Amino acid sequence: MNLLIKGGRIIDPENNIDRIDDLFVRDGLIATTGQAPDGFQADHILDAHDHIVMPGIVDMATRLREPGQEHKATIATETRAAAAAGITSLCCLPDTDPVVDTPAAVRLIQQRAESAGFCHVYVIGALTNALDGARLSEMAALKEAGCIGVSNVLQPMASTLVMRRAMEYAASQDLPVFLHPMDHGLADGGCAHEGTVATRLGLPAIPGAAETAAVGQLLALTEQTGARVHFCRLSTARAVNMITRARYEGLPVSADVCAHQLFLTEMDIADFNSLCHTLPPLRSQRDLDGLRHGVTHGGIDALCSDHQPHEADAKRAPFQATEPGISALETLLGLSLRLVAEDVLSLSAAINMLTSAPARVLGIDAGSLSPGRPADICIIDPDKHWQLTAATLLSSGKNTPFSGWEFNGRVSHTLVNGCIVYQATDI
Amino acid sequence: MSVVPVELAPPGPLPASTQLNAQGRLRHFLTIEGLSRELLTEILDTAESFAGSAQGSLVKKVPLLRGKTIVNLFFEASTRTRTTFELAAKRMSADVMNFNINTASTTKGETLLDTLRTLEAMYTDMFIVRHNESGAAQFIAHHVAPHVSVINAGDGRHAHPTQAMLDMFTIRRHKQEFGKLRVAIVGDIMHSRVARSQIHALNTLGTGEIRVIGPQTLIPTDIEQLGVHVYQDMQHGLRDVDVIIMLRLQKERMQGALLPSEHEYYHLYGLNSERLALARNDAIVMHPGPINRGVEISSDVADSPRSLILQQVTYGLAIRMAVMSLTLGSTQSAEKET
Repeated sequence: MNLLIKGGRIIDPENNIDRIDDLFVRDGLIATTGQAPDGFQADHILDAHDHIVMPGIVDMATRLREPGQEHKATIATETRAAAAAGITSLCCLPDTDPVVDTPAAVRLIQQRAESAGFCHVYVIGALTNALDGARLSEMAALKEAGCIGVSNVLQPMASTLVMRRAMEYAASQDLPVFLHPMDHGLADGGCAHEGTVATRLGLPAIPGAAETAAVGQLLALTEQTGARVHFCRLSTARAVNMITRARYEGLPVSADVCAHQLFLTEMDIADFNSLCHTLPPLRSQRDLDGLRHGVTHGGIDALCSDHQPHEADAKRAPFQATEPGISALETLLGLSLRLVAEDVLSLSAAINMLTSAPARVLGIDAGSLSPGRPADICIIDPDKHWQLTAATLLSSGKNTPFSGWEFNGRVSHTLVNGCIVYQATDI
Repeated sequence: MSVVPVELAPPGPLPASTQLNAQGRLRHFLTIEGLSRELLTEILDTAESFAGSAQGSLVKKVPLLRGKTIVNLFFEASTRTRTTFELAAKRMSADVMNFNINTASTTKGETLLDTLRTLEAMYTDMFIVRHNESGAAQFIAHHVAPHVSVINAGDGRHAHPTQAMLDMFTIRRHKQEFGKLRVAIVGDIMHSRVARSQIHALNTLGTGEIRVIGPQTLIPTDIEQLGVHVYQDMQHGLRDVDVIIMLRLQKERMQGALLPSEHEYYHLYGLNSERLALARNDAIVMHPGPINRGVEISSDVADSPRSLILQQVTYGLAIRMAVMSLTLGSTQSAEKET
C-alpha cells in the first residue's frame, strides 16, 4: 500500500527539514520526501496543502489506568484520545493496580494496546516491587518483556541506599531510570505549592525544596552510580537550573516538563479549583518563567502531557481530598503551539520537543520522518481555531482546567504505521 | 462507543459570588475574604442588637427563625462551637439537628455529597459545617440546593469566620476604632483557621497594624502578603499593641519537629504579666479558647480584668445569631422583637 501526502509543510526537526514538499509512504514505512521513489504508484493521496506534516507526537507520560482502574479510563479509550491528539507513541507508567512489576502486566498492556490499534504503547516498569521502595523489581525480566525503562513514579523510596542500589542495578541492566524528584518528607502529604495561595487557603503545602532537595540527592547518586537518569515533570525553576548546571558539568541526564506546568500557576487554584490539583503542584509565576526559560534554552529536553484521566467523582470533594492530575492528552499539542505563539519556542523546536527529543530519551524508534522509519505521522491544520470543552474530550477523563481556552492548530490526520488512525471530521 | 459527557463543576466561583446573592446579601457565610466592610459592620451591628447593652442581657428568645430547620454538620469534634451554634439557633426558635460524622467513614467526596443530599431531603434550610479539610464548606456550598444556606464553622486551616467576627465584636466593644489599633496574633498561625479569618476581618475593618508573632515553624510562608507584619520575637512584637490575641497550641504540636517542648514555647511565647506590660496600658487579651494555662498564657493574665476570654464566648452567641438571621434573610431588626 502506497500513500502520498501531498504539498504539506514538512517539519522534521531530527533531519533538519522544514519545507513544502510531498511525503511518500510505502508499506507502512517512510519512503522519502520530494521526488517519488522509482515505480511509486500512490494508492491513496492525502492533500496536505496549508497543513503541517510532522512526525507523530511521542508522549513520555500517559496514565492509561489499565489494569485496575478501568472506572477512570481504559487503554482503548485513552489510546484513541491520543490518536486524536496527534500522538503516535506513548509511554505508560507502572502505577497501575496491580503495579507493572511483572512481565505478565507488561504483556497485558501491550496486548490491549495492540488490539486497540490506535498508537504504539511503551511501558515503563516498576523500579521496586509493588513500588514499595524497598525491594528491587526483576528488571531484567521486565526489560525482556519490553519495558523501556524503570521508575518508582511518585512513590517514596525506603532510603537513599535503596535508591542507590536500584539505580546501580538498572544501570547494570542498561535500563534508563525515570525519576520523579520529590522529597516525601518535605512534601509531607501536601497538596499545593507552599506560597501565597496555600497560605491564604490553608492548604497543606509542598515547598519548592521538596523538589530541589530530591534533585540534588539524585544528581549525586547519578554521578555515583553512572545510571542513565531522566528527571520527570520538573516543577521548579531551581531544579531546572540545577539540572542545567549538572549537564554543563558533563552529567548525561535529561529532563521533561508537562505542558500545563508552563501555563498554570498556584493562582489557578483560585478558590479550591480541584481541577488544578496536581502532583507536583502548580508552582509560582517565577517557577513557570524558569521552566519556560529551560524549555527555550535547553535545560529541558522534552514536553509531555502527564495525562491522568479521572472519573468525575475523583475531583468532586474538598480540594485536599481530590485526586491529583489533569486529563491532558488532548491539550498537549494545543498548549505546545501556544508556546510557539508566545515566542517561547520556534515551531520546529516545539515539534522537536514533542517528537524527536522524547523518542531519544525513551530510546525508541520514533519521532522522525527518516526514510525507513515507521510512518507515524501527524498532520495538523495550523490555522484551525478551536475552543476546548471538557465534555467533548475523547479521553474518559474530563478533568481539564483548560475548558473554555482557545487554541490555534488542530490535528487533521494521525497515521500509525502508514494507516490513518484518526481523521478530523470537521476538516 | 458511547461516551456520556460529564461536565465537571467549573473552576470554583470567587468567594464573593458564592457568598452573596443577587441583592448583595449574605447567602452563605464561608469566609471573611471578599466581604465588604459594610457587610461586616452590619453583622456586628446586628449582633449588637442581640447582645443587649451589657453582659448577661442577651435576648432570651425571638421567633426570627421559627419553622426553619438548621443542621449542625460536624465532621470534626467540637463541643463549644457546636453548642453556641445550637443555642443561637434555638434562641431564634429554629429546629436544630446535630450530626457528628466520623471523617474516617467519609473520606470520599461522594459520601460527603450523599450525606448532604440525605439531610437536604429533610427540608433543611441551613447547614452549619465543620470539616477537617480546607475548602470543605465552600465545596458543600457549591453543591447544596438553591434554598439551602451554609455557614462555615471551621474548615481545615482555611477559615473560621464566625469566630473571627466574634473577635471583631469583642474588639469593637472594648476598643472602638479599628483604624487606630495595633493587633498582635500570637502562636500557631500555620495551622490556625482562626488566625486567617481574623487577619482578613481586621484588614477589611481597617485595622492600623496587624502583627503575627511566633517561631518560623508556625508561621506560614508568604503570610506577609495577607497584610501582616511578622515578628519572631515576642518582646518586640508586643510593644505598644492594643489587642493581643493568643492562639491555642494543639497538644500534638508541642513536641516533635515544630517545637521542642511546651516549656520552651511558654518561655518564648507564653503571655505573662511582664510581657503584657510591654503592650499598651489598656491592652486587652483575647483567646478563642479553650486555653492551655501555662502553655500559651499564664493564669494571672488569663484571669485578669484585661482578659476578655469569657466575654468572647458570650459574644459568640450574639454573632452566631446575627449571621444565621442575616443569612436566612430575616433582616428585620431584632430590637423590635425584644
